[in-house]
Amino acid sequence: MDSLINFFVVFPLIGFFISLGIPDKRERLLSGITFSLVGFHLLVSLGFVGYWLWDGPRVLNVKDIVIFKTLGYEFFVDIFFDRITATYLLVGSLMTFLVTLYSRYYLHRESGYKRFFNTIWFFYVGYNIAIFAGNLETLFIGWEILGISSFLLIAFYRERYIPVKNAVKVFSIYRIADVGIILAMWASHHLWHENITFLKLNNFELVHEHLQSHSVIGVFISLMFLISAAAKSAQLPFSSWLPRAMEGPTPSSAIFYGSLSVHLGVFILLRTFPFWEHQLSVRILIGLMGLVSSLVSTGIARVQSSVKSQIAYASISQIGLIFIEVALGWEDLALFHFAGNAFLRTYQLLVSPSVVSYLIREQFYNFTPRQRSVEDSFPQKIAYTFYILCLNEWNLDGFMYQYLWNPLKLVGTKLNFLTLNRIVIFFVISYVLGIISLFARDAMPAGLQVFLPILFSFLGLLMVLKSFTERRKTQMSWVMVVMNHFWVALSISFNEHFTYDHVVLYLSGIVVAGIVGFVCLNRLKKLEHNIDLNRFHGHVHKHRTLAFVFLGACLGVSGFPITPTFVGEDLIFTHIHEDQIILASFTALSFIVDGLAIMRIYARVFLGPHAKSPYEMAYRSS
Amino acid sequence: MKMQHALFDEHHVLHDIKHYLPAQAPLKDFVHHNTLHAFQHFKFFEAIRHASEIFGYKVSLGLDDFRSLYAQNRVRADILEHVIRNHKGEASLAVWKDKLLHKHYDEHALPRIGYVRSYWKKSYHIDLDSIVHPRLFRLLCSYLDQGISIWSFPVRNKGLLEAVRMMEQSSLVSFFKSKKGKNLLLDSSQTIESLLKILVGTEGLFEHYLYDQQFAHQGWSGMVSTVESSPETLLDSKQVSLQDLIHLELIMEIDAVEAHFKGNWTPLGAKIGHEPVALFADVKEKELHEVLRLWQEAFEWTYYDQVLAGLQQEKVQSKSITQKTFQALFCIDDRECSIRRHLETLDPHCETFGTPGFFGVEFYYQPEEGKFYTKVCPAPVKPKFLVKELGSTAKRPKDAHFTKHSHTFYGGWLISQTLGFWSAFKLFINILRPSMSPATASSLKHMDKFSKLTVDFEALKQQENGLQIGFNLEEKVQRVQGLLNSIGLVKDFAPLVYAIGHGSSSVNNPHYAAYDCGACSGRAGSVNARVVASMANNPEVRAILRTKGIDIPDTTQFLGGLHDTTRDDVVFFDEDLLSAENWALHRQNMAIMEKALDLNAKERSRRFMSIDTTQSPAQIHELIRQRSVSLFEPRPELNHATNALCIVGRRALSKGVFLDRRSFLNSYDYSIDPQGNALFNILKAAAPVCGGINLEYYFSRVDNQKLGAGTKLPHNVMGLIGVANGIDGDLRPGLPSQMIEIHDPVRILIIVEHFSEVVLDVIQRDASTYEWFANEWVNLVVIHPETKALSLLKEEVFIPYQPLTQKLEVVTDVMRLLESSQENFPVYLVQ
Repeated sequence: MDSLINFFVVFPLIGFFISLGIPDKRERLLSGITFSLVGFHLLVSLGFVGYWLWDGPRVLNVKDIVIFKTLGYEFFVDIFFDRITATYLLVGSLMTFLVTLYSRYYLHRESGYKRFFNTIWFFYVGYNIAIFAGNLETLFIGWEILGISSFLLIAFYRERYIPVKNAVKVFSIYRIADVGIILAMWASHHLWHENITFLKLNNFELVHEHLQSHSVIGVFISLMFLISAAAKSAQLPFSSWLPRAMEGPTPSSAIFYGSLSVHLGVFILLRTFPFWEHQLSVRILIGLMGLVSSLVSTGIARVQSSVKSQIAYASISQIGLIFIEVALGWEDLALFHFAGNAFLRTYQLLVSPSVVSYLIREQFYNFTPRQRSVEDSFPQKIAYTFYILCLNEWNLDGFMYQYLWNPLKLVGTKLNFLTLNRIVIFFVISYVLGIISLFARDAMPAGLQVFLPILFSFLGLLMVLKSFTERRKTQMSWVMVVMNHFWVALSISFNEHFTYDHVVLYLSGIVVAGIVGFVCLNRLKKLEHNIDLNRFHGHVHKHRTLAFVFLGACLGVSGFPITPTFVGEDLIFTHIHEDQIILASFTALSFIVDGLAIMRIYARVFLGPHAKSPYEMAYRSS
Repeated sequence: MKMQHALFDEHHVLHDIKHYLPAQAPLKDFVHHNTLHAFQHFKFFEAIRHASEIFGYKVSLGLDDFRSLYAQNRVRADILEHVIRNHKGEASLAVWKDKLLHKHYDEHALPRIGYVRSYWKKSYHIDLDSIVHPRLFRLLCSYLDQGISIWSFPVRNKGLLEAVRMMEQSSLVSFFKSKKGKNLLLDSSQTIESLLKILVGTEGLFEHYLYDQQFAHQGWSGMVSTVESSPETLLDSKQVSLQDLIHLELIMEIDAVEAHFKGNWTPLGAKIGHEPVALFADVKEKELHEVLRLWQEAFEWTYYDQVLAGLQQEKVQSKSITQKTFQALFCIDDRECSIRRHLETLDPHCETFGTPGFFGVEFYYQPEEGKFYTKVCPAPVKPKFLVKELGSTAKRPKDAHFTKHSHTFYGGWLISQTLGFWSAFKLFINILRPSMSPATASSLKHMDKFSKLTVDFEALKQQENGLQIGFNLEEKVQRVQGLLNSIGLVKDFAPLVYAIGHGSSSVNNPHYAAYDCGACSGRAGSVNARVVASMANNPEVRAILRTKGIDIPDTTQFLGGLHDTTRDDVVFFDEDLLSAENWALHRQNMAIMEKALDLNAKERSRRFMSIDTTQSPAQIHELIRQRSVSLFEPRPELNHATNALCIVGRRALSKGVFLDRRSFLNSYDYSIDPQGNALFNILKAAAPVCGGINLEYYFSRVDNQKLGAGTKLPHNVMGLIGVANGIDGDLRPGLPSQMIEIHDPVRILIIVEHFSEVVLDVIQRDASTYEWFANEWVNLVVIHPETKALSLLKEEVFIPYQPLTQKLEVVTDVMRLLESSQENFPVYLVQ
């Protein structure tokens, strides 16, 4: 029975590849196969969970494949099943089944029918990997897939400006969640000296013993979990992404942002609960975060005048309450609440277009000219103040810009004097110097040995910052993103154990993807001349294949689990010592910006309104 | 052409901007109209040329589209040559044909609009739209919101600007990012002109700047302007004006620039590249324009020509029907074209008529317990009557999923854990087995079948809010007489005369009002049908009519009904008033009607991919009904798509021609109206109504992104008044792509059966009606009632027209034909 749980992870992957192979025109076939396969998945899930319950529910764990193994390090896929997984599995497969059935007719004749179903499959793959993950590494694979599929679904109407802009925006928040997980993995590796499985986290003595001696690192890990969870579940201060994600076709918004995707933050908290169960400060923090999010987003929901944003904020507010429930240790209630909230919001989003006829009719018969709400009893000044704050979403949307992206951009724009040639020359010279010093590190004073890795990772960070803010030279921007990884590799090489084959493992994917991407950009430049980053160009309009290949290259360079780089990325972090906080934060930051810079290039060059003509293109404001 | 004003005249400019903005009312009052109504004083092709150059709209199919239509023979070669010959002469035929078919043209050019404001990006590198728009839209939507928000806009009964000012004044936080923004708002001496001086500086650019600004979000601006002109369209009324909007937007723009440059900036005017072309300066006709024009005409005439040939060739001459079983009055709507054909085929002894679906009775309607009046007549008419519904027993079903409590803190907590699970179940059921729910917008909900209506005027309750309740005798006679005269039904009455209005049912459809009867201002026609039947059944009315030569036998009874065009169901009202004999006849007729509806459902189904048209009519009908209540069905029906004709004449004229649901049919008998007085009233309504529908479909089809609403799948309902994409987008007026995708963008051809001199005189009686014809926004052909000779209105005179189509195919079995294809059919003769 234990090994059967592999089915739930592998099966969606098969479905995804089948769906890729079906030609564009075969709408009925594609959707038919999709809903029968998802339906089959649902049936097996029901049967399995039923049997599992009858058999006396116990925790199942399968260590699947060891992908990479070296001294003191093992990267393996681990599959895990308990009642949290069971709940997420049932809700997930039921909702996905209903939504695929729904979309079968709803998306009829829509250009992008196939793309939609492919992306839903891709999402479903990521979702199942995430909920069945038995360790952080496996969870992270699912996590990354969810991020990309979210990006693709928000930017589903890729020929319009706002969806693309919002897709990049949401992706940037997801990126923060990713790095939260990476840092948590880094720290926990040092805590446990292995890739700990969730199964072991359930072992109270083990956890207790480790945390006793490393209380700071314990709190750090918990905080990283919390950041990931808050970002993914749109809690404060990240909340504003959720309503902005409602740009795709209504069913995709319903399943992603109404039910499944947005509750994954809750999932990660439930999953890691045994770890922070005895850290009272962390529990209080989670509870407070939930409470504040819940209060603020209720206020915002109350003033929303569009249906979807109202549902989004109402949902955030409920998730805030679920956070509190999790913090209090009421796991069953939290799971129950999750399922109810997911169902309710999905349904509300799906019937949201009906709101006009329904409410207008209600109003026609029950209108009272001056409907009072609670807030009318507030003193005027307070009422106005709160109204304006809620209307402007407490400036949450500007918040990330003001305090994170804008300062980063500011650094990037200081580097405007750089040109491609200068950068390549600088890179070659300094990198050669770096490699020389690497081999001569034993002869170096200890202070320099500490300083050099930080310097190199800082150079890498500068590269991506420049790339992130570059407005004109797309190829240069791309090259700098790739170079960043070389700097990272170099800086980590100063630490022991990180050997030649690790570097190869890490850089192999990057180099291949980097070259493919560069060739794509060069070809496009030749064909279209203007591919700068100052605006969206929408070249996917004419160059679909090129866009697809380039997307693959982007994923490769950003360390997506399709190349060995993914394992390498994790490996890199395990080699950063626990006292190298600066190095870890530079590297983490450069990973965040790196992913962003890459998706920015993809979005600006290939997505958005087609640059060649304003005709037949939607207004920028629509 | 209009001149650029040397000095900025605010009043004048605002007035003009309002004229050019989209004029679509809030969703509940959606009525079709000519999207480019502001250009209607031009000839059609001149107008679209200007609209395209000025505002960047795409105004016809592209060259490639036309060329591929040609390759598919959907533009006929002989017609194309004929059109070229007419315009360019025989000598240039080969040259122009080559241009049309092969020459490469650059179809891309930048429009004039947006030029001045584009310099914010070019010279200042600031993306003003993305800073200002989301905040402005959210503020505006909250202000206008009709009932989505739980905490509605706190300042009521004040204009937009005044309300925002009041809030800014006594609040601890600000709408703005800079001190300057706040001060400008609170300074009530500021005007649009003074703000423009700060922002733009150069007075010569003010007008252009305002156009650029407002047309960067024409959806919201258009809504504001529409609500300003007709405030009664909002149930929860708001005092909004375009002036306030512009004033506020200018301050927000100044504020954004101020905050971005920290006070260190100069007005935009000095940083403009070169002097912009005056927005409304004349647009010269280029060769590409001519080429597209020739293509468009060839495309249109490929269809028109067959129709005209068909009307000349059809043989079903008015063999007079003896022993009439029943007569049925339908709306002129193109969707009723096929049900009439099926009825006539199934029962050769029945007679059908077409007339605008409000049946000539104009009034406001107030359902029982309704808090408002609903206008149920064509949008331009201002009725002075009120009809109330009494004794309704219908309950309005509720759906807890729409309750706002689920959005609150504790309510949400309870509801998500209880109702939440119920909604999963509901969704499951609704997807597997769709059924009627409270969320459905159903035409039957318009009026309770068993209620009573206040049709009769009673001296005791005369007036309510300036409206007269019910009609007095004389008013009734006028209306019944007018109706019967206009459709030519003045003698040979059958025992039963049905007046059948129409409406639709759909779910998850914010555009539901567009599916109902346009002649009833986007409502179902059931009340009007019932009212007119009641008037015509009135013995006193009949007595007076008799003196005027219309003798309705006492045995004849009128009966009102409603045809649901989505579900293909018909219901009748007041059946209990029928005499015993008529009740028996009615039952027989109902059996026919059922069959006709099944066939009609089958005919419609050929356009739907998800239905297999070869199934039996009854099976298909069930699927069609299911479709209307399916949450996931974005195309419950196809509405007016493919409309292309409007035939004004006796039924016999077009009875033998298969028109594929593409024609409005208005019954009219020239022989009882030699002066054309009835015709005048018909054309006065038909030109703007049918023309408006047709042109809205035309423009939404050719530029679905700018003039249409784009795909409806990502639509989000804003404030119950409009739809936008996502939460930050501009409102999207026009029709969604699902409504227009199978539409062929051709102008409507109105065909009138009368003598051309009379018709020419009739259309010239009213200037606004004449504009439609003279400027060729609709095409007009007159068919001679005796000789069937055709004359075409061209350059304001009638010239003879001889169809190129020689012989039309004859079909004997229409139902077999219908199973054969999903595409538009050519015109066939039927037997």
